[in-house]
Amino acid sequence: MARKKSPAGGKKKKEEFVPRIVVFACNWCSYAGADSAGVNRIQYSPHFRVIRTMCSGRVHPGFVLRAFEMGADGVLVSGCHIGDCHYIFGNERAVENYEKMKALVRTLGLEEGRIGLEWVSAAEGPRWGQVIDEFVERVRRLGPSPVGR
Amino acid sequence: MESVIQSIRSSRAYSCLECGKCTASCPIARFNGAFSPRRVVAEAIERGGGEHLLADELLWECLTCGICELRCPTDVHFGALVRSLRAAAVERGFAGHPSHGGVLQSLMRMMTSPTLKQDRMWWVTEDLEVESRGEILYFVGCLPYFDDLFAPDLNLRSTDIARSTVQLLNAAGIKPVVDSNERCCGHDLLWTGDVENFRRLAEHNVAAIRETGATVVVTACAECAKTLRDVYPEWVGPLGFEVKHLSSLIVEHASSFRFKENTGKVTFQDPCRLSRHMGEVAAPRQAMGLVPGLELVEMLHSGVNAVCCGTSAWTNCGQTSRSIQAERLQEAGSTGAATLVTACPKCQIHFRCALSDGRADAENNMNIQDLSVLLASCL
Repeated sequence: MARKKSPAGGKKKKEEFVPRIVVFACNWCSYAGADSAGVNRIQYSPHFRVIRTMCSGRVHPGFVLRAFEMGADGVLVSGCHIGDCHYIFGNERAVENYEKMKALVRTLGLEEGRIGLEWVSAAEGPRWGQVIDEFVERVRRLGPSPVGR
Repeated sequence: MESVIQSIRSSRAYSCLECGKCTASCPIARFNGAFSPRRVVAEAIERGGGEHLLADELLWECLTCGICELRCPTDVHFGALVRSLRAAAVERGFAGHPSHGGVLQSLMRMMTSPTLKQDRMWWVTEDLEVESRGEILYFVGCLPYFDDLFAPDLNLRSTDIARSTVQLLNAAGIKPVVDSNERCCGHDLLWTGDVENFRRLAEHNVAAIRETGATVVVTACAECAKTLRDVYPEWVGPLGFEVKHLSSLIVEHASSFRFKENTGKVTFQDPCRLSRHMGEVAAPRQAMGLVPGLELVEMLHSGVNAVCCGTSAWTNCGQTSRSIQAERLQEAGSTGAATLVTACPKCQIHFRCALSDGRADAENNMNIQDLSVLLASCL
């Protein structure tokens, strides 16, 4: 995935940085929450791409690093609230994985704010919009990822 | 395809007698009957490394441990053949199955980014004396990343190896350079066919090491040592510095160490890169011999005949790997030693993993320790 270059000549003096964000959303809660946000016509930031996984516990640190490797500026993992996991303890796995991710991202020299772990239930459409807005804003302030080539 | 034919030629595959000693000695073939180095060589000759061979998943099973090359009567370089077949396979979009969700391959590829400023020095505690410029550089490798990834599950702090190495160097009166700009040596990318990114890492590391003014590079990792010493010159020309594994450096400075007595009984796992690839069999043993009272008992297969730890280059870890590890641990346990010492951080990770999955019984449940950690504990 090549990073898009700014228009030739750079006539626009200050082009606003639009972060590329990958969101891993679990099938049972967060993805349905995103649907619910759509059904409720919630207006929120469009600067993210969702990847649906069956469970937030499936999101290995390798997936997150792969997203960064391919040019992501931020990666958010979202699942069911603790206690609500469709697979009983999958989101507890997600917490363990997230701790590893945090450590790896820190050693790599990326800012910790570039990754996030959030719980959004199927009924929390407005919360989904809010979580995405906050995360996009956080990554926007951090600027482009230093991994970009 | 030209490069594959070239490498079939340069790996001496044409001199294969089809005697099958390679397959008979291969640790993978022992547990996975579908894999046979002899068949790979035969097919490479027959089809000139065609699509069929490159698409074969078994190509990624090889550990490149080098035992087949040792046994081969006609000196076929099977490891080199596999390396170039994999590079050709990657070019055509084939790949092995990376273990750990591909996280280590991603890390290595991300480290090729020149703008990356890693925060990899957190393991340097206050008691360690390190410099930013100097004669001797300690190449840490991926140890801080291994800590991040494996410490929670395996209860293993790989950076203990780094701290112990600096303690040993300090004890010999050496204040090593530790470079925060260092990247992964790229060993695993090279052996899984990602040669472009390997070249980037090699060029970066050589330039970074030169910048520190170091003339000797020491590392506690067998793979880093092999890659820096033997492979980098092939890719980036003369290095301008010497590369040594920690064990050789300790033997050279033997007179400056006064180790405390340790009456333990240990056995040694020769890492394949150190023993068969680099021919360093004596140095780790001599280094352990400096500790008064320490008893080293050899396993049935030791030195250049040692059995690999079961996985290589973070690829294709599975049932076959487990079987190799279980058998090797049994072999180690049957020596009566309480500790299995190794000189490669990955051997330690793989054996610890094998012990942690519930397969360990009383016989092979042993302590696994890196050479540097063992020696530093006797300072």
